[in-house]
Amino acid sequence: MKVMKIDETMVEKVAMLSRLELSSSEKEQMTEQLNDILEYADELNELETEDIEPTAHALPIKNVFREDKVGESLARKDALKNAPQKEAGSFKVPQIIETDE
Amino acid sequence: MLKDYDITIGLEVHAQLDTETKIFCSCSTEFGAEPNTHTCPVCLGMPGVLPVLNKQAVEYAIKAGLALNCEITDFSKFDRKNYFYPDLPKAYQISQFDLPLCEEGYIDVMTDEESVRIGINRIHMEEDAGKLIHAQGGESLVDYNRGGTPLIEIVTEPDITSPIQATAYLKKLKNILEYLEVSDCNMAEGSLRCDANISLKPKGQSELGVKTELKNMNSFKAIEKALTYEIKRQRKLLKEGGKVVQETRTWDDEVEKTFSMRSKEEAHDYRYFPEPDLVPLEVDEAWLQEIKEEIPELPKARRERFVNELGLPEYDAEVLTDSKSIADFFEAVLEEYDDPKTVSNWMMGDMLRLLNEEELEIEEIKIEPVELAQMLKLMDDGTISSKIAKTVFEEMFNTGKKPETIVEEKGLKQISDSSELEGIIEEVLAENQSAVEDYQAGNENVIGFLVGQTMQATQGKANPQLVNEILRKKLAD
Repeated sequence: MKVMKIDETMVEKVAMLSRLELSSSEKEQMTEQLNDILEYADELNELETEDIEPTAHALPIKNVFREDKVGESLARKDALKNAPQKEAGSFKVPQIIETDE
Repeated sequence: MLKDYDITIGLEVHAQLDTETKIFCSCSTEFGAEPNTHTCPVCLGMPGVLPVLNKQAVEYAIKAGLALNCEITDFSKFDRKNYFYPDLPKAYQISQFDLPLCEEGYIDVMTDEESVRIGINRIHMEEDAGKLIHAQGGESLVDYNRGGTPLIEIVTEPDITSPIQATAYLKKLKNILEYLEVSDCNMAEGSLRCDANISLKPKGQSELGVKTELKNMNSFKAIEKALTYEIKRQRKLLKEGGKVVQETRTWDDEVEKTFSMRSKEEAHDYRYFPEPDLVPLEVDEAWLQEIKEEIPELPKARRERFVNELGLPEYDAEVLTDSKSIADFFEAVLEEYDDPKTVSNWMMGDMLRLLNEEELEIEEIKIEPVELAQMLKLMDDGTISSKIAKTVFEEMFNTGKKPETIVEEKGLKQISDSSELEGIIEEVLAENQSAVEDYQAGNENVIGFLVGQTMQATQGKANPQLVNEILRKKLAD
Protein backbone atom coordinates (compact mmCIF):
# COMPACT_ATOMS: atom_id res chain seq x y z
CA MET A 1 0.00 0.00 0.00
CA LYS A 2 1.25 3.50 -0.77
CA VAL A 3 1.41 6.23 1.80
CA MET A 4 -1.52 8.56 1.50
CA LYS A 5 -0.18 12.01 0.92
CA ILE A 6 -1.78 14.84 2.86
CA ASP A 7 -1.87 18.19 1.13
CA GLU A 8 -3.00 21.56 2.37
CA THR A 9 -6.46 21.22 0.83
CA MET A 10 -7.06 18.12 2.89
CA VAL A 11 -5.80 19.82 6.04
CA GLU A 12 -8.23 22.65 5.36
CA LYS A 13 -11.09 20.21 4.94
CA VAL A 14 -10.31 18.29 8.13
CA ALA A 15 -9.89 21.56 10.00
CA MET A 16 -13.27 22.70 8.76
CA LEU A 17 -14.91 19.41 9.80
CA SER A 18 -13.32 19.76 13.24
CA ARG A 19 -14.29 23.43 13.42
CA LEU A 20 -10.67 24.48 13.80
CA GLU A 21 -9.38 27.75 12.46
CA LEU A 22 -5.77 27.42 11.30
CA SER A 23 -3.38 30.14 10.26
CA SER A 24 -1.38 29.54 7.10
CA SER A 25 1.76 28.68 9.05
CA GLU A 26 -0.26 26.24 11.15
CA LYS A 27 -1.63 24.68 7.99
CA GLU A 28 1.85 24.17 6.73
CA GLN A 29 2.97 22.72 10.03
CA MET A 30 -0.04 20.36 10.20
CA THR A 31 0.51 19.15 6.68
CA GLU A 32 4.05 18.23 7.52
CA GLN A 33 3.23 16.62 10.83
CA LEU A 34 0.29 14.63 9.50
CA ASN A 35 2.46 13.30 6.72
CA ASP A 36 5.09 12.30 9.24
CA ILE A 37 2.49 10.42 11.24
CA LEU A 38 1.21 8.61 8.17
CA GLU A 39 4.68 7.68 7.11
CA TYR A 40 5.39 6.31 10.54
CA ALA A 41 2.20 4.28 10.54
CA ASP A 42 3.09 3.09 7.08
CA GLU A 43 5.93 1.06 8.50
CA LEU A 44 3.26 -1.44 9.52
CA ASN A 45 2.75 -2.17 5.87
CA GLU A 46 6.10 -3.89 5.80
CA LEU A 47 4.63 -6.71 7.88
CA GLU A 48 3.19 -9.78 6.24
CA THR A 49 -0.50 -9.78 7.32
CA GLU A 50 -1.94 -12.11 4.71
CA ASP A 51 -2.96 -14.84 7.16
CA ILE A 52 -3.90 -12.65 10.10
CA GLU A 53 -7.54 -12.01 11.06
CA PRO A 54 -8.52 -8.34 11.19
CA THR A 55 -8.71 -7.02 14.74
CA ALA A 56 -11.54 -4.76 15.86
CA HIS A 57 -10.02 -3.90 19.18
CA ALA A 58 -6.58 -3.72 20.75
CA LEU A 59 -7.63 -5.81 23.77
CA PRO A 60 -8.55 -9.50 23.62
CA ILE A 61 -11.83 -8.98 25.47
CA LYS A 62 -15.45 -8.92 24.37
CA ASN A 63 -19.00 -8.51 25.69
CA VAL A 64 -18.57 -6.02 28.51
CA PHE A 65 -22.06 -5.06 29.69
CA ARG A 66 -23.97 -3.07 32.30
CA GLU A 67 -27.26 -4.12 33.78
CA ASP A 68 -30.19 -1.86 32.91
CA LYS A 69 -30.43 -0.14 36.31
CA VAL A 70 -30.90 3.59 36.78
CA GLY A 71 -28.03 5.30 38.58
CA GLU A 72 -27.41 8.84 39.55
CA SER A 73 -27.34 11.67 37.02
CA LEU A 74 -25.62 15.00 37.40
CA ALA A 75 -27.40 17.93 38.99
CA ARG A 76 -28.46 20.23 36.20
CA LYS A 77 -26.37 23.14 37.42
CA ASP A 78 -23.32 20.88 37.24
CA ALA A 79 -24.26 19.59 33.81
CA LEU A 80 -24.48 23.17 32.57
CA LYS A 81 -21.33 24.36 34.31
CA ASN A 82 -19.16 24.32 31.19
CA ALA A 83 -21.78 25.84 28.91
CA PRO A 84 -20.60 29.17 27.46
CA GLN A 85 -24.25 30.17 27.18
CA LYS A 86 -27.35 28.77 28.83
CA GLU A 87 -31.05 29.50 29.00
CA ALA A 88 -34.07 27.78 30.54
CA GLY A 89 -32.03 24.87 31.85
CA SER A 90 -30.55 24.29 28.41
CA PHE A 91 -27.32 24.79 26.55
CA LYS A 92 -27.63 27.73 24.18
CA VAL A 93 -25.94 27.52 20.80
CA PRO A 94 -26.08 29.33 17.46
CA GLN A 95 -28.62 27.89 15.04
CA ILE A 96 -26.86 26.14 12.19
CA ILE A 97 -29.58 24.77 9.94
CA GLU A 98 -31.87 26.73 7.73
CA THR A 99 -34.45 25.65 5.23
CA ASP A 100 -35.13 27.11 1.90
CA GLU A 101 -37.53 26.50 -0.95
CA MET B 1 -48.25 4.02 -9.41
CA LEU B 2 -47.22 6.35 -12.22
CA LYS B 3 -47.50 5.62 -15.94
CA ASP B 4 -44.25 7.27 -16.89
CA TYR B 5 -41.93 6.75 -13.91
CA ASP B 6 -40.99 3.98 -11.49
CA ILE B 7 -40.90 4.98 -7.84
CA THR B 8 -38.14 3.70 -5.58
CA ILE B 9 -38.43 4.19 -1.85
CA GLY B 10 -36.21 3.01 0.98
CA LEU B 11 -37.01 3.67 4.62
CA GLU B 12 -34.81 4.18 7.65
CA VAL B 13 -36.65 3.74 10.90
CA HIS B 14 -35.20 4.71 14.24
CA ALA B 15 -36.89 3.00 17.16
CA GLN B 16 -36.02 3.89 20.73
CA LEU B 17 -35.53 0.76 22.78
CA ASP B 18 -37.69 0.65 25.86
CA THR B 19 -34.90 0.28 28.41
CA GLU B 20 -34.81 2.00 31.78
CA THR B 21 -31.39 3.49 31.16
CA LYS B 22 -29.33 4.87 28.31
CA ILE B 23 -27.24 2.70 26.04
CA PHE B 24 -23.82 3.54 27.49
CA CYS B 25 -24.54 5.01 30.93
CA SER B 26 -27.01 4.61 33.78
CA CYS B 27 -28.96 7.84 33.22
CA SER B 28 -32.74 7.35 33.01
CA THR B 29 -34.44 7.36 29.60
CA GLU B 30 -37.72 8.66 31.00
CA PHE B 31 -39.58 10.93 28.56
CA GLY B 32 -40.65 14.44 29.43
CA ALA B 33 -38.26 15.21 32.28
CA GLU B 34 -37.02 18.76 32.87
CA PRO B 35 -34.27 19.61 30.32
CA ASN B 36 -30.78 18.34 31.11
CA THR B 37 -31.71 16.51 34.33
CA HIS B 38 -30.84 13.06 32.93
CA THR B 39 -27.24 13.57 31.96
CA CYS B 40 -23.86 12.47 33.27
CA PRO B 41 -20.23 12.80 32.22
CA VAL B 42 -20.61 9.82 29.83
CA CYS B 43 -23.61 11.06 27.86
CA LEU B 44 -22.34 14.65 27.96
CA GLY B 45 -19.12 13.48 26.35
CA MET B 46 -16.73 14.69 29.04
CA PRO B 47 -13.10 13.75 28.46
CA GLY B 48 -11.83 10.56 30.03
CA VAL B 49 -15.13 8.73 30.52
CA LEU B 50 -15.88 5.19 29.40
CA PRO B 51 -19.12 4.05 27.83
CA VAL B 52 -20.38 0.60 28.92
CA LEU B 53 -22.97 -1.19 26.81
CA ASN B 54 -26.46 -1.84 28.24
CA LYS B 55 -27.10 -5.60 28.01
CA GLN B 56 -30.87 -5.18 27.89
CA ALA B 57 -30.54 -2.90 24.85
CA VAL B 58 -28.54 -5.56 23.02
CA GLU B 59 -31.13 -8.21 23.85
CA TYR B 60 -33.97 -5.98 22.63
CA ALA B 61 -32.10 -5.31 19.40
CA ILE B 62 -31.50 -9.02 18.85
CA LYS B 63 -35.16 -9.76 19.60
CA ALA B 64 -36.22 -7.24 16.96
CA GLY B 65 -33.75 -8.75 14.51
CA LEU B 66 -35.09 -12.25 15.04
CA ALA B 67 -38.72 -11.16 14.71
CA LEU B 68 -37.84 -9.33 11.48
CA ASN B 69 -36.30 -12.48 10.01
CA CYS B 70 -32.73 -11.20 10.19
CA GLU B 71 -29.45 -13.01 10.54
CA ILE B 72 -27.93 -12.08 13.89
CA THR B 73 -24.23 -11.61 13.28
CA ASP B 74 -22.04 -13.50 15.74
CA PHE B 75 -19.47 -10.69 15.75
CA SER B 76 -20.26 -7.00 15.64
CA LYS B 77 -18.67 -3.80 16.84
CA PHE B 78 -19.34 -0.14 17.40
CA ASP B 79 -17.95 2.78 15.43
CA ARG B 80 -17.77 6.51 15.77
CA LYS B 81 -19.75 8.49 13.24
CA ASN B 82 -18.20 11.92 13.27
CA TYR B 83 -20.19 15.01 12.60
CA PHE B 84 -20.41 18.39 14.13
CA TYR B 85 -23.85 19.31 15.30
CA PRO B 86 -24.91 20.69 18.68
CA ASP B 87 -27.25 17.77 19.46
CA LEU B 88 -24.14 15.59 19.77
CA PRO B 89 -22.02 16.61 22.75
CA LYS B 90 -19.07 14.43 21.68
CA ALA B 91 -19.16 15.61 18.03
CA TYR B 92 -19.56 11.94 17.13
CA GLN B 93 -22.34 9.44 17.51
CA ILE B 94 -21.57 5.91 18.64
CA SER B 95 -23.15 3.74 15.97
CA GLN B 96 -22.35 0.60 14.02
CA PHE B 97 -20.84 0.89 10.57
CA ASP B 98 -19.48 -2.14 8.76
CA LEU B 99 -20.44 -4.87 11.23
CA PRO B 100 -24.07 -4.26 12.29
CA LEU B 101 -25.81 -6.59 14.73
CA CYS B 102 -28.49 -7.83 12.30
CA GLU B 103 -28.57 -8.28 8.54
CA GLU B 104 -30.78 -9.49 5.73
CA GLY B 105 -34.29 -9.63 7.11
CA TYR B 106 -37.68 -8.91 5.62
CA ILE B 107 -41.33 -8.12 6.31
CA ASP B 108 -44.20 -9.30 4.12
CA VAL B 109 -46.84 -6.61 3.74
CA MET B 110 -50.26 -6.69 2.16
CA THR B 111 -51.57 -3.85 0.03
CA ASP B 112 -54.56 -4.14 -2.27
CA GLU B 113 -54.71 -7.91 -1.95
CA GLU B 114 -51.11 -8.11 -3.04
CA SER B 115 -48.41 -9.44 -0.76
CA VAL B 116 -45.01 -7.79 -1.15
CA ARG B 117 -41.78 -8.75 0.59
CA ILE B 118 -39.84 -5.70 1.76
CA GLY B 119 -36.22 -6.58 2.39
CA ILE B 120 -34.43 -5.31 5.47
CA ASN B 121 -30.83 -4.56 4.67
CA ARG B 122 -29.63 -4.19 8.25
CA ILE B 123 -30.46 -3.30 11.82
CA HIS B 124 -27.79 -1.60 13.83
CA MET B 125 -27.57 -0.15 17.32
CA GLU B 126 -26.68 3.42 18.09
CA GLU B 127 -27.23 6.22 20.56
CA ASP B 128 -29.86 8.89 20.13
CA ALA B 129 -28.88 12.56 19.91
CA GLY B 130 -30.12 15.34 22.15
CA LYS B 131 -33.02 17.58 21.29
CA LEU B 132 -32.67 21.03 19.77
CA ILE B 133 -35.32 23.62 20.30
CA HIS B 134 -34.98 26.46 17.88
CA ALA B 135 -35.46 29.60 19.89
CA GLN B 136 -36.02 33.07 18.54
CA GLY B 137 -33.14 35.27 17.52
CA GLY B 138 -31.32 32.60 15.55
CA GLU B 139 -30.31 30.52 18.52
CA SER B 140 -31.04 27.00 19.64
CA LEU B 141 -31.53 25.47 23.07
CA VAL B 142 -30.14 21.99 23.61
CA ASP B 143 -31.53 19.36 25.97
CA TYR B 144 -29.29 16.29 26.29
CA ASN B 145 -31.79 14.11 28.19
CA ARG B 146 -32.48 12.12 25.04
CA GLY B 147 -28.80 11.92 24.12
CA GLY B 148 -27.63 8.34 24.63
CA THR B 149 -31.07 6.71 24.53
CA PRO B 150 -30.63 3.32 22.83
CA LEU B 151 -31.87 3.16 19.25
CA ILE B 152 -32.10 0.55 16.60
CA GLU B 153 -31.98 1.80 13.04
CA ILE B 154 -33.86 -0.49 10.67
CA VAL B 155 -32.89 0.07 7.06
CA THR B 156 -34.94 -1.40 4.22
CA GLU B 157 -33.77 -2.34 0.77
CA PRO B 158 -35.08 0.03 -1.92
CA ASP B 159 -37.98 -2.39 -2.43
CA ILE B 160 -40.89 -0.04 -1.80
CA THR B 161 -42.73 1.27 -4.84
CA SER B 162 -45.53 3.44 -3.47
CA PRO B 163 -46.42 5.64 -0.48
CA ILE B 164 -49.16 3.16 0.47
CA GLN B 165 -46.64 0.33 0.57
CA ALA B 166 -44.39 2.49 2.70
CA THR B 167 -47.06 3.06 5.32
CA ALA B 168 -48.15 -0.58 5.20
CA TYR B 169 -44.55 -1.59 5.93
CA LEU B 170 -44.30 0.92 8.77
CA LYS B 171 -47.56 -0.18 10.37
CA LYS B 172 -46.46 -3.78 10.26
CA LEU B 173 -43.04 -2.94 11.65
CA LYS B 174 -44.56 -0.89 14.46
CA ASN B 175 -46.97 -3.68 15.28
CA ILE B 176 -44.17 -6.25 15.52
CA LEU B 177 -42.02 -4.01 17.72
CA GLU B 178 -45.02 -3.40 19.98
CA TYR B 179 -45.72 -7.11 20.28
CA LEU B 180 -42.09 -7.68 21.21
CA GLU B 181 -42.33 -4.88 23.79
CA VAL B 182 -38.89 -3.65 22.80
CA SER B 183 -40.09 -0.15 21.93
CA ASP B 184 -43.21 1.77 22.84
CA CYS B 185 -43.25 3.10 19.26
CA ASN B 186 -44.87 6.36 20.29
CA MET B 187 -44.51 8.51 17.17
CA ALA B 188 -45.73 11.69 18.85
CA GLU B 189 -43.02 11.37 21.51
CA GLY B 190 -40.46 10.45 18.86
CA SER B 191 -39.80 6.87 19.99
CA LEU B 192 -40.42 5.81 16.40
CA ARG B 193 -39.07 8.04 13.65
CA CYS B 194 -38.83 7.48 9.97
CA ASP B 195 -36.69 8.99 7.22
CA ALA B 196 -37.36 8.13 3.61
CA ASN B 197 -35.17 7.99 0.53
CA ILE B 198 -37.07 8.45 -2.67
CA SER B 199 -36.22 8.64 -6.35
CA LEU B 200 -37.97 8.35 -9.70
CA LYS B 201 -36.68 6.82 -12.90
CA PRO B 202 -38.27 6.68 -16.32
CA LYS B 203 -40.09 3.37 -16.88
CA GLY B 204 -37.77 0.77 -18.25
CA GLN B 205 -34.57 2.45 -17.12
CA SER B 206 -32.53 0.14 -14.91
CA GLU B 207 -30.31 2.71 -13.26
CA LEU B 208 -31.91 4.41 -10.23
CA GLY B 209 -32.67 8.12 -10.38
CA VAL B 210 -31.22 10.76 -8.07
CA LYS B 211 -32.79 10.47 -4.63
CA THR B 212 -33.76 12.91 -1.96
CA GLU B 213 -33.92 12.13 1.74
CA LEU B 214 -37.05 13.21 3.58
CA LYS B 215 -37.08 13.96 7.28
CA ASN B 216 -39.39 15.27 9.98
CA MET B 217 -42.50 13.18 9.34
CA ASN B 218 -44.18 12.58 12.70
CA SER B 219 -47.05 10.31 11.77
CA PHE B 220 -47.92 7.65 9.21
CA LYS B 221 -50.17 10.15 7.51
CA ALA B 222 -47.33 12.66 7.28
CA ILE B 223 -45.06 10.03 5.75
CA GLU B 224 -47.62 9.13 3.12
CA LYS B 225 -48.29 12.79 2.34
CA ALA B 226 -44.59 13.70 2.22
CA LEU B 227 -43.81 10.85 -0.17
CA THR B 228 -46.78 11.72 -2.36
CA TYR B 229 -45.73 15.36 -2.44
CA GLU B 230 -42.14 14.44 -3.25
CA ILE B 231 -43.20 12.14 -6.09
CA LYS B 232 -45.18 15.01 -7.59
CA ARG B 233 -42.33 17.46 -7.13
CA GLN B 234 -39.68 15.19 -8.65
CA ARG B 235 -41.93 14.14 -11.52
CA LYS B 236 -42.68 17.73 -12.44
CA LEU B 237 -38.98 18.58 -12.32
CA LEU B 238 -38.03 15.64 -14.51
CA LYS B 239 -40.85 16.24 -16.99
CA GLU B 240 -39.74 19.81 -17.43
CA GLY B 241 -36.25 18.59 -18.23
CA GLY B 242 -34.84 19.57 -14.85
CA LYS B 243 -32.70 17.55 -12.50
CA VAL B 244 -33.38 16.29 -9.00
CA VAL B 245 -30.71 17.48 -6.60
CA GLN B 246 -29.46 14.93 -4.09
CA GLU B 247 -30.27 16.56 -0.78
CA THR B 248 -32.11 16.28 2.50
CA ARG B 249 -35.56 17.80 2.58
CA THR B 250 -37.71 18.46 5.59
CA TRP B 251 -41.47 17.91 5.65
CA ASP B 252 -43.59 20.80 6.87
CA ASP B 253 -46.86 19.37 8.13
CA GLU B 254 -48.56 22.78 8.25
CA VAL B 255 -48.17 23.69 4.60
CA GLU B 256 -47.83 20.06 3.43
CA LYS B 257 -44.65 20.56 1.45
CA THR B 258 -41.03 19.44 1.62
CA PHE B 259 -38.30 22.05 1.85
CA SER B 260 -34.61 21.79 1.14
CA MET B 261 -32.58 21.70 4.34
CA ARG B 262 -29.63 23.84 3.57
CA SER B 263 -26.85 23.31 6.01
CA LYS B 264 -24.61 26.34 6.38
CA GLU B 265 -21.72 23.93 6.51
CA GLU B 266 -20.22 21.60 3.97
CA ALA B 267 -21.74 18.22 3.23
CA HIS B 268 -21.24 15.50 5.81
CA ASP B 269 -18.14 13.40 5.84
CA TYR B 270 -18.65 10.98 8.70
CA ARG B 271 -15.11 9.55 8.85
CA TYR B 272 -16.30 6.38 10.62
CA PHE B 273 -13.71 4.57 12.66
CA PRO B 274 -13.91 1.81 15.28
CA GLU B 275 -14.95 3.02 18.74
CA PRO B 276 -11.89 2.22 20.82
CA ASP B 277 -13.75 2.60 24.12
CA LEU B 278 -16.08 -0.32 23.47
CA VAL B 279 -15.08 -3.93 23.05
CA PRO B 280 -16.58 -6.12 20.32
CA LEU B 281 -19.93 -7.82 20.75
CA GLU B 282 -20.16 -11.56 20.23
CA VAL B 283 -23.46 -13.37 20.26
CA ASP B 284 -23.17 -17.12 20.71
CA GLU B 285 -25.77 -19.76 19.98
CA ALA B 286 -26.71 -20.26 23.65
CA TRP B 287 -27.46 -16.56 24.18
CA LEU B 288 -29.37 -16.40 20.93
CA GLN B 289 -31.44 -19.40 21.99
CA GLU B 290 -32.26 -17.76 25.32
CA ILE B 291 -33.52 -14.65 23.56
CA LYS B 292 -35.46 -16.69 21.02
CA GLU B 293 -37.39 -18.32 23.83
CA GLU B 294 -38.43 -14.92 25.17
CA ILE B 295 -40.09 -13.89 21.92
CA PRO B 296 -43.82 -13.67 22.57
CA GLU B 297 -46.61 -14.63 20.20
CA LEU B 298 -46.27 -12.34 17.18
CA PRO B 299 -49.16 -10.79 15.21
CA LYS B 300 -49.21 -13.52 12.58
CA ALA B 301 -49.43 -16.34 15.12
CA ARG B 302 -52.04 -14.49 17.12
CA ARG B 303 -54.12 -13.89 14.00
CA GLU B 304 -53.97 -17.58 13.17
CA ARG B 305 -54.98 -18.51 16.71
CA PHE B 306 -57.94 -16.12 16.56
CA VAL B 307 -59.10 -17.86 13.40
CA ASN B 308 -58.35 -21.46 14.35
CA GLU B 309 -59.13 -21.49 18.05
CA LEU B 310 -61.68 -18.72 18.47
CA GLY B 311 -63.42 -19.26 15.16
CA LEU B 312 -63.17 -15.64 14.04
CA PRO B 313 -63.35 -14.76 10.35
CA GLU B 314 -59.96 -13.87 8.79
CA TYR B 315 -60.98 -10.26 8.44
CA ASP B 316 -61.88 -9.88 12.12
CA ALA B 317 -58.65 -11.56 13.18
CA GLU B 318 -56.67 -9.24 10.90
CA VAL B 319 -58.28 -6.06 12.23
CA LEU B 320 -58.07 -7.08 15.88
CA THR B 321 -54.42 -8.15 15.79
CA ASP B 322 -53.42 -5.13 13.78
CA SER B 323 -52.56 -3.44 17.03
CA LYS B 324 -51.34 -5.29 20.09
CA SER B 325 -53.41 -3.11 22.41
CA ILE B 326 -56.62 -3.86 20.54
CA ALA B 327 -55.92 -7.59 20.58
CA ASP B 328 -55.09 -7.41 24.30
CA PHE B 329 -58.37 -5.56 24.96
CA PHE B 330 -60.25 -8.16 22.97
CA GLU B 331 -58.78 -11.06 24.92
CA ALA B 332 -59.42 -9.29 28.21
CA VAL B 333 -63.13 -9.00 27.32
CA LEU B 334 -63.19 -12.69 26.40
CA GLU B 335 -62.04 -13.59 29.89
CA GLU B 336 -65.36 -12.26 31.16
CA TYR B 337 -67.57 -12.97 28.18
CA ASP B 338 -66.82 -16.03 26.14
CA ASP B 339 -68.38 -15.24 22.78
CA PRO B 340 -65.55 -14.13 20.47
CA LYS B 341 -67.67 -13.14 17.48
CA THR B 342 -70.05 -10.95 19.52
CA VAL B 343 -67.13 -9.21 21.23
CA SER B 344 -65.39 -8.80 17.89
CA ASN B 345 -68.53 -7.28 16.34
CA TRP B 346 -68.77 -4.66 19.06
CA MET B 347 -65.09 -3.84 18.98
CA MET B 348 -64.79 -3.67 15.20
CA GLY B 349 -68.08 -1.88 14.82
CA ASP B 350 -68.96 0.66 17.47
CA MET B 351 -65.66 0.81 19.29
CA LEU B 352 -63.28 1.34 16.37
CA ARG B 353 -65.79 3.69 14.73
CA LEU B 354 -65.96 5.89 17.83
CA LEU B 355 -62.19 5.79 18.30
CA ASN B 356 -61.78 6.88 14.69
CA GLU B 357 -64.33 9.64 14.94
CA GLU B 358 -62.73 11.04 18.08
CA GLU B 359 -59.22 10.40 16.70
CA LEU B 360 -58.30 8.48 19.83
CA GLU B 361 -55.97 5.55 20.33
CA ILE B 362 -57.21 2.43 22.07
CA GLU B 363 -54.92 3.27 24.99
CA GLU B 364 -57.00 6.37 25.63
CA ILE B 365 -60.37 4.62 25.75
CA LYS B 366 -62.45 5.14 28.90
CA ILE B 367 -64.12 1.73 28.69
CA GLU B 368 -62.56 -1.15 30.64
CA PRO B 369 -62.68 -4.57 28.96
CA VAL B 370 -64.69 -5.93 31.90
CA GLU B 371 -67.30 -3.18 31.39
CA LEU B 372 -67.85 -4.18 27.78
CA ALA B 373 -68.39 -7.73 29.05
CA GLN B 374 -70.89 -6.43 31.61
CA MET B 375 -72.79 -4.58 28.93
CA LEU B 376 -73.00 -7.70 26.79
CA LYS B 377 -74.33 -9.62 29.79
CA LEU B 378 -76.99 -6.95 30.31
CA MET B 379 -78.11 -7.61 26.75
CA ASP B 380 -78.13 -11.34 27.25
CA ASP B 381 -80.27 -11.25 30.38
CA GLY B 382 -82.77 -8.94 28.70
CA THR B 383 -82.04 -5.87 30.86
CA ILE B 384 -81.35 -3.83 27.73
CA SER B 385 -82.27 -4.32 24.09
CA SER B 386 -79.57 -4.48 21.44
CA LYS B 387 -80.70 -1.12 20.19
CA ILE B 388 -80.40 0.48 23.61
CA ALA B 389 -77.04 -1.25 24.02
CA LYS B 390 -75.67 1.03 21.31
CA THR B 391 -76.76 4.07 23.30
CA VAL B 392 -75.27 2.61 26.47
CA PHE B 393 -72.02 1.86 24.68
CA GLU B 394 -71.69 5.41 23.36
CA GLU B 395 -72.35 6.74 26.82
CA MET B 396 -69.71 4.41 28.26
CA PHE B 397 -67.32 5.60 25.58
CA ASN B 398 -67.98 9.26 26.30
CA THR B 399 -68.19 9.22 30.08
CA GLY B 400 -66.37 6.10 31.24
CA LYS B 401 -69.35 5.20 33.43
CA LYS B 402 -70.28 1.60 34.15
CA PRO B 403 -73.07 0.15 31.98
CA GLU B 404 -75.34 -0.56 34.99
CA THR B 405 -74.99 3.03 36.14
CA ILE B 406 -75.93 4.35 32.72
CA VAL B 407 -78.97 2.08 32.44
CA GLU B 408 -80.06 3.16 35.91
CA GLU B 409 -79.46 6.90 35.46
CA LYS B 410 -81.02 7.16 32.04
CA GLY B 411 -83.90 4.76 32.70
CA LEU B 412 -82.91 2.56 29.76
CA LYS B 413 -84.09 -0.70 31.22
CA GLN B 414 -85.88 -2.81 28.64
CA ILE B 415 -89.66 -3.08 29.04
CA SER B 416 -90.35 -6.80 29.27
CA ASP B 417 -93.57 -6.52 31.22
CA SER B 418 -96.38 -7.79 28.94
CA SER B 419 -99.17 -5.82 30.60
CA GLU B 420 -97.25 -2.57 30.26
CA LEU B 421 -96.46 -3.34 26.64
CA GLU B 422 -100.01 -4.37 25.84
CA GLY B 423 -101.31 -0.94 26.80
CA ILE B 424 -98.72 0.77 24.58
CA ILE B 425 -99.38 -1.57 21.68
CA GLU B 426 -103.12 -0.93 21.84
CA GLU B 427 -102.44 2.77 21.41
CA VAL B 428 -100.11 2.08 18.49
CA LEU B 429 -102.75 -0.06 16.81
CA ALA B 430 -105.43 2.55 17.34
CA GLU B 431 -103.23 5.18 15.69
CA ASN B 432 -102.35 2.98 12.74
CA GLN B 433 -105.67 1.59 11.62
CA SER B 434 -104.73 1.39 7.96
CA ALA B 435 -101.68 -0.77 8.74
CA VAL B 436 -103.86 -3.03 10.82
CA GLU B 437 -106.25 -3.38 7.89
CA ASP B 438 -103.36 -4.14 5.52
CA TYR B 439 -102.18 -6.87 7.85
CA GLN B 440 -105.60 -8.40 8.11
CA ALA B 441 -105.87 -8.23 4.33
CA GLY B 442 -102.88 -10.55 4.19
CA ASN B 443 -99.90 -8.16 4.01
CA GLU B 444 -97.92 -9.57 6.94
CA ASN B 445 -94.95 -7.32 6.18
CA VAL B 446 -96.54 -4.38 7.97
CA ILE B 447 -95.76 -6.12 11.24
CA GLY B 448 -92.25 -4.71 10.93
CA PHE B 449 -93.65 -1.21 10.67
CA LEU B 450 -95.85 -1.74 13.74
CA VAL B 451 -92.92 -3.12 15.78
CA GLY B 452 -91.01 -0.01 14.75
CA GLN B 453 -93.82 2.26 15.88
CA THR B 454 -93.97 0.51 19.24
CA MET B 455 -90.21 0.79 19.69
CA GLN B 456 -90.45 4.46 18.90
CA ALA B 457 -93.26 4.92 21.42
CA THR B 458 -91.00 3.39 24.10
CA GLN B 459 -87.83 5.20 22.99
CA GLY B 460 -86.40 1.86 22.00
CA LYS B 461 -86.82 0.30 25.41
CA ALA B 462 -89.47 -2.30 24.54
CA ASN B 463 -88.33 -5.89 24.29
CA PRO B 464 -88.67 -6.33 20.50
CA GLN B 465 -89.35 -10.05 20.68
CA LEU B 466 -92.15 -9.56 23.15
CA VAL B 467 -93.58 -6.71 21.08
CA ASN B 468 -93.60 -9.00 18.08
CA GLU B 469 -95.41 -11.72 19.98
CA ILE B 470 -98.06 -9.42 21.46
CA LEU B 471 -98.65 -7.72 18.12
CA ARG B 472 -99.22 -11.00 16.31
CA LYS B 473 -101.62 -12.15 18.98
CA LYS B 474 -103.59 -8.91 18.95
CA LEU B 475 -103.74 -8.71 15.16
CA ALA B 476 -104.98 -12.27 14.96
CA ASP B 477 -107.89 -11.45 17.26
